[in-house]
Amino acid sequence: MNNFDEAALFILILVPLLGALLIMFMPKDRPKDIWYLAILVAGISLVLSLIIFARYDYGEGGFQFLRTFDWIDQPLNIDLSLGIDGISAPLILLNGIVLFGGVLISQTILHRNRDFFVLLLALGSGVFGVFAVRDLFFLFFFYELAVLPMYLLIGVWGSSTDFGTFLRTKEYGAMKLMLYLIAGSILVWIAILAVYVEASDAGVPDFSLTSLGTLAESGQFSATFQNWVFPLFMVGFGVLAGLWPFHTWSPDGHVAAPTAVSMLHAGVLMKLGAYGIIRVGLTLLPDGADAWMPVLISLGTVNVLYGAVSAMSQTDLKYVIGYSSVSHMGYVLMGIATLDRIGVGGAVLQMFSHGIMTALMFLLVGAIYDRAHIRDIHVLNGLSKRMRVTAFFFAIAGLASLGLPGLSGFIAEFMVFTGTFRTYLPLAILAVVGAALTAVYILRLLARTFLGESDEQWEHLTDGSLIEKGVGGAFVIILIFVGVWPEPMMRVINVSVDVLPGL
Amino acid sequence: MTGLTENLDLLTPEFALAGLAFLVLAVDLFLPEDKKHLLAWLSVAGLSGLIVLAAVMLWGEDESLYDGLLAVDDYSLFFKIFFMGMGIFIILTSIDYVKQFLDHQGEFYALILFSILGMNVMAQSRELLTAYIALELLSFCLYVLVAYARKSPRSNEGSLKYIIIGAFSSAIMLYGISMIYSTLGVTRFDDISLALVGALEVSPALWVGIALLLVGLGFKISAVPFHAWAPDAYEGAPYPVTAYLAIGSKAAAFALLLRLVAEGFVPAIDRWDQWQLIISVLAGVTMVVGNLVALAQRNVKRLMAYSSIAHAGFILAGVAALTQDSQLASNGIMLYLVGYSVTNLVVFAALIAYFNISGKEMISDMGGLAEERPFLAACIAMGMFSLGGLPIFAGFAIKFYLFTAVAEAGFLWLAGLAIFSSLISLYYYLQVIRQMYIESAPQESPPESPATGELVGLEGIPRASLAASPSILLVSVLAIALAAVLWIGVYPSPLLDTIEAASRAILPGT
Repeated sequence: MNNFDEAALFILILVPLLGALLIMFMPKDRPKDIWYLAILVAGISLVLSLIIFARYDYGEGGFQFLRTFDWIDQPLNIDLSLGIDGISAPLILLNGIVLFGGVLISQTILHRNRDFFVLLLALGSGVFGVFAVRDLFFLFFFYELAVLPMYLLIGVWGSSTDFGTFLRTKEYGAMKLMLYLIAGSILVWIAILAVYVEASDAGVPDFSLTSLGTLAESGQFSATFQNWVFPLFMVGFGVLAGLWPFHTWSPDGHVAAPTAVSMLHAGVLMKLGAYGIIRVGLTLLPDGADAWMPVLISLGTVNVLYGAVSAMSQTDLKYVIGYSSVSHMGYVLMGIATLDRIGVGGAVLQMFSHGIMTALMFLLVGAIYDRAHIRDIHVLNGLSKRMRVTAFFFAIAGLASLGLPGLSGFIAEFMVFTGTFRTYLPLAILAVVGAALTAVYILRLLARTFLGESDEQWEHLTDGSLIEKGVGGAFVIILIFVGVWPEPMMRVINVSVDVLPGL
Repeated sequence: MTGLTENLDLLTPEFALAGLAFLVLAVDLFLPEDKKHLLAWLSVAGLSGLIVLAAVMLWGEDESLYDGLLAVDDYSLFFKIFFMGMGIFIILTSIDYVKQFLDHQGEFYALILFSILGMNVMAQSRELLTAYIALELLSFCLYVLVAYARKSPRSNEGSLKYIIIGAFSSAIMLYGISMIYSTLGVTRFDDISLALVGALEVSPALWVGIALLLVGLGFKISAVPFHAWAPDAYEGAPYPVTAYLAIGSKAAAFALLLRLVAEGFVPAIDRWDQWQLIISVLAGVTMVVGNLVALAQRNVKRLMAYSSIAHAGFILAGVAALTQDSQLASNGIMLYLVGYSVTNLVVFAALIAYFNISGKEMISDMGGLAEERPFLAACIAMGMFSLGGLPIFAGFAIKFYLFTAVAEAGFLWLAGLAIFSSLISLYYYLQVIRQMYIESAPQESPPESPATGELVGLEGIPRASLAASPSILLVSVLAIALAAVLWIGVYPSPLLDTIEAASRAILPGT
């Protein structure tokens, strides 16, 4: 199996790309077959990511599945080096799961579905790439690859929202999302160039995270340099992570997107940003991180509270969840900013747990919207009578998101709070207030939409389809499993969080 | 130093190319009107043969001819093959268009061949006057080509502007050359650098001379503020000529500029420092203005004109970053030229195919293209993503390489500005994609007269002269060009090895 280990990550990135290529050549009048092929491709990706996660040796730790390919030679030397550690392993698994779920529930997309799956799989490949590479150039390459398909995915297959007085069109959501994310990525790009120039002055003109990491450890990056480059990474990656005040693309984008894209985007793509801050920011610029963490944790706290308050005042189901994503990504950012091993570990677990939870919520909202053609929580009521399983799953996801013990969200948020208590006590209190606010809007939503009397107009609603129930059920099981027995996940995460510099 | 005519055989490809052009002109006289497209195939066959001949004959050659006026080295070989290859593709994309919309087909292809000759000589000249004459050969061909749609007022207007400003800029350049000669007494690039290194004090006249030379070249590469001709010329020119302006002539002007700067100015390190700053400012202004003005365009040709101005700014940033001890920047420029040209080829070939079937060139006309012509729409979209600098297309790799070189040379601010203006450019590229993929097809107004007499598009083209569907030829050109865009975007290493060799010919390094 040694050969497998060397090739595994490369195959993992390549499978969705080749699948996309294959689908491109399918006849477009056979949407069903295209969907089957996409399931097959996403299924292979899921199995691969499961095997990779299971085969990651947490006893040994460090980077595994290493493999380096020469890409271009001197004078600009770039290699494609692959390798994952305990932080990226769960996220690769997360992407495998959500991608497979997203493809499965996209059965309802029939309009130009060939293009849809090509773009969706390209996005999946980009995400796998970001988590699997050990090189700044390719990290950025795959980061952009993951962003690129979003415009068309939202613009073509998305939906517009009518607010009565104004209209949020899907084109608006798509363009806003695209410009925000690319604006964030240009900061990252400038920061990467700055790191390269600095490393080159120190005699190591290289993009490889391994050699740059060695350079950082030996203190070659001066404190002043770190202090001005770190905020570029922090804000640049932060935009994708929904960092306040650059989060506004996220609710608009998620709401406009079709269900599978919302799932992938809120579930996985936003994690790329947080992952980037850990992988690049904390590893290469520990001093800069140290100096800027008070800012990041304050912004993260604002994220939590602002997101929660906004979610409370939304009446559109999808906007509630969109803002709740902003709020929950705040916990991730806070956890990272504690620079405390419990806090950062909690942040990574929160990424996984929130990824599954939010994907589940978007899936269920999509199922409701497909049937009721409305998402207004003042209009929808008593859905649990007609959509029993959907309502039950939604309740589980909601309880996970407000941090009910026994579900994954509790463990993650508890760790983040613990980390924050040990470092920034007042903010920890605010964060707990945020969790209470989450309870308010989640319970309000559950009560309004699912409980109580049902209107006659909802008599005709049917429960989720078998696929929706199956995918939703799987997600629920994961939420419960991680909540009850987090050890398999935590031992992988901890082994790499413990060795992060600067903790 | 060799005699004047000793190794004249090294110029065989150029002589053969001139012969080929005359041959096309001569055969044109005897061909009946419905067989004229054979001339295109004759040109393509000839150019292919010349590429092979040049590659076999000149590989690894490092000679200079005519007492150092011309260089036959890896650098000129690289550009020769590049220009002739691009020429082949331009001719292939224009066959249908020329047949449908233009007359005097024979001269069209002959003019393209003559202009390629001019470009080849530009890449290998290492002396100001030789370079000037080669540049004029290229420019004169282009003046005629831009005006080739004789009956279209816009084509004539564009060409007139192009001629007037082109002649004006040539005059400025010539004046600059004369001032350089009057102060230094030399016109060869290497002599200029020697004189600059040796001179204790530089007379103001020399500064003015170099400045005028750069202004003249600035017109040719359409750097802001010398860009005003470009949008009109691009808009008025027949479509394949627009493509040729964006792909061929721009690359040739940069090939000349790159050799001039690398051999003439960079070795004089102290003086080059000052010019670097001026060029970098010019580059910054060019990229920002080009991208900002492109935002307001409604005609896809004008959009591409401003986009090409912006890209000239990026490449100019690479020129500012040239240094004596590293080939990084010159590699970056050449890689960018190749990647940018190939990407533009995809965009223009698809746009030409679209024009051949619709006669339209406004962005708003392109609604619903993704439904009607998925392949054309996908090609344009991928080309636009590539121009916007997104992976897995060429645009990402070339931008990353070039901007890294710019940052590495100490111009991090300029690299940052370039990256930022890339963001602006993405917005208007996305507008085209949005039109094709998200908007639906515009409602056709009902024909007023019977279909035979109906005119479409800005040019008022009779519907009868439009093709029913894109020709197999254009589709194959698109497929090849698209493969090249992906290849450069995913694995540019083999190309970079060739470029590295070409770089060493003009910048031997330390």
